[in-house]
Amino acid sequence: MVTNITSFGRSGLSDWLIQRASAIILALYTLFIVAYLLFNPDLDYATWHGLFAQTWMRIFSLLAFVSLAAHAWIGLWTVTTDYLKATAIRVGVQTFIILAIFVFLVWGIQVLWGA
Amino acid sequence: MSTLQVSIYRYNPETDSAPYMQEFQVDTQGRDLMVLDVLHLMKEQDSGLAFRRSCREGVCGSDGMNMNGKNGLGCITPLSEVVKGNKLVLRPLPGLPVIRDLVVDMGLFYKQYERIQPYLQNSNPAPAIERLQSPEDRDKLDGLYECILCACCSTSCPSFWWNPDKFVGPAGLLQAYRFLADSRDTATAERLAELEDPFSVFRCRGIMNCVAVCPKGLNPTRAIGKIREMLLANAT
Repeated sequence: MVTNITSFGRSGLSDWLIQRASAIILALYTLFIVAYLLFNPDLDYATWHGLFAQTWMRIFSLLAFVSLAAHAWIGLWTVTTDYLKATAIRVGVQTFIILAIFVFLVWGIQVLWGA
Repeated sequence: MSTLQVSIYRYNPETDSAPYMQEFQVDTQGRDLMVLDVLHLMKEQDSGLAFRRSCREGVCGSDGMNMNGKNGLGCITPLSEVVKGNKLVLRPLPGLPVIRDLVVDMGLFYKQYERIQPYLQNSNPAPAIERLQSPEDRDKLDGLYECILCACCSTSCPSFWWNPDKFVGPAGLLQAYRFLADSRDTATAERLAELEDPFSVFRCRGIMNCVAVCPKGLNPTRAIGKIREMLLANAT
């Protein structure tokens, strides 16, 4: 057993499962957005706004944002523990990444509900 | 052409300040020798050349090395399989500290092997004669028990290069599954509990370098997948 306190779920199994579940959600969200854009070639602001005004779309988008945040943290945490061997640099970069993810997540929610 | 151009990694920490590549011309007399035979011919030219070998038939796992960029056993790798353009480049197994020339310090590799407790554990009283196993249960160990611990797989794995102290590595995990899959072993829960952290098993990214180089044709990636399935079944 290798102890670690900065990984997402403190467990390799939980991180692995979340990484795969969030990947599926992100793939579905991406497919939906691409398909929506393809089926609405002359998209205007009102239609786009109407899409994001619906509750199911807000739930789907928020789910995708949260999935992206978790997915990014698990992936980048792995990269930092692989390549950054100096503890001070690794913890510094990990702090920066988690702060950036938090900022992007709150910003995303604001964009979603602000309009 | 019967003269083979061999470039070999040389390093003697007592006399060399840094490793270097040395060129050898080896007369193969047109035969398709094994890489280990070529090393013996080179040792006739320079008796100071250091490498490990023992059984010379792919059973002991002593002569794992990097031949033209791919890990394998020198004794069972014919020149025709690795030599490109009459040139052979020999290096020690990547990622492990070099003791001298092709001889590497396998300490970390063995430490990870030791960690998975590679022996049968059974808390039930021992029967009078032996612990029996059905032929079906015995079949589950095929493709696992054959590992000779040559370290070709673990030293071709980037996850093991970056975290050899934390990631068990393909060889160790193949053996971990060998005991998890054994119907006679009763320590399954304890074994799984030791493996569920983010490094021991889950640092495997499934790139399958281990499968590509295994001289015994084993599949550590499949065994790692089975361990994940067992962990998931156990914890959900």
